[in-house]
Amino acid sequence: MIEQNLTEESEQKSARVIVVTSGKGGVGKTTTSAAFAAGLAVRGYKTVVIDFDVGLRNLDLIMGCERRVVYDLLNVIHGEGSLNQALIKDKRVSNLFILPASQTRDKDALSMDGVGEVIATLQQSFDFIVCDSPAGIEKGAMTAMYFADEALVVTNPEISSVRDSDRIIGMLASKTRRAEQDLEPVKEHLVITRYDPLRVDKGDMLSADDIHEILAIPFLGVVPESKWVLAASNSGIPVTLTEEESDAGEAYFDMVDRFLGQERPFRFLDAPRRSIFSRLFRT
Amino acid sequence: MKFFDFLFRSRLSDSASVAKERLQIIVSHERRRASTPDFLPRLQQDILEVVRKYIQIDEDQIRLSLDRKDDCEVLELNISLADPGAAMQAPGRTGLE
Repeated sequence: MIEQNLTEESEQKSARVIVVTSGKGGVGKTTTSAAFAAGLAVRGYKTVVIDFDVGLRNLDLIMGCERRVVYDLLNVIHGEGSLNQALIKDKRVSNLFILPASQTRDKDALSMDGVGEVIATLQQSFDFIVCDSPAGIEKGAMTAMYFADEALVVTNPEISSVRDSDRIIGMLASKTRRAEQDLEPVKEHLVITRYDPLRVDKGDMLSADDIHEILAIPFLGVVPESKWVLAASNSGIPVTLTEEESDAGEAYFDMVDRFLGQERPFRFLDAPRRSIFSRLFRT
Repeated sequence: MKFFDFLFRSRLSDSASVAKERLQIIVSHERRRASTPDFLPRLQQDILEVVRKYIQIDEDQIRLSLDRKDDCEVLELNISLADPGAAMQAPGRTGLE
């Protein structure tokens, strides 16, 4: 069904809304939003990624378009600029767009009705709308998740991150449009980032199985702890768009493909085999 | 180095399973609390006041909980009376006879 949209450009679309959320800060929401949105676009889907972190926007930096921001989400909501003026077209992938957050406004200026209108308009011309949620459980985060059809719950293998994710999962089930209107619930996907299988083997990091068992939502995949994530953000490139193939980029593409309904083997869950020599010298 | 590693590990060995256990406890506790309707504490207070018209009880002798079993919700009220002699006559009747 979605594939048809690829060929029939003129047809009225109805985008699925994906929120990237976590509760805790610093776990990789913006990295995931950028990488996942770019991955969807590379796979041929017209995708827009919206920054909901009013006052602390960073998606523009991660996407490498910080100098092209003129109008933002709040300008559009308050009628100070049109949606087309605010949308930034990615220079690398033709069907990828960014809608930045306001850096100067107060976060209370983000009205639920205004956001609803913007999303409804975007839904007519996109396949996917990725909402990059701010940390916490305040207005910005609640607005980012409210209109979601699906949710990527980003979690680090770390005790406070898992607990916060559990709270967010509770909110997805009770504080969203789908919950309030008694529709089919938001479809959740567990994304574990900064995963280090070596440390899991040693018993000093929660395993993906443990986290999956505690949070009890469908598992989409792990992103290994990777030097590429920092290198990509340094350069303003989503980790799925780096020229050289990277482990983190591959992990995100696996997840994008699984999200789109393809079967992909689960990689990056096991530590690479090490020779006795390297074990002895801990190289 | 390996020797010190061993010492260190003996104290924090398998910290992941400790983390898992702690998470399972706190998460199930918080889920239960999140699913509790917010009128429950007020209902408990009201019931306490009504009961106190007839029997003098402490706040911790009354327990109200909401449980979900399949499709059925059960509101459970427990009032424990520590000492049977503590039950006194209804205030309106004392001194009449």
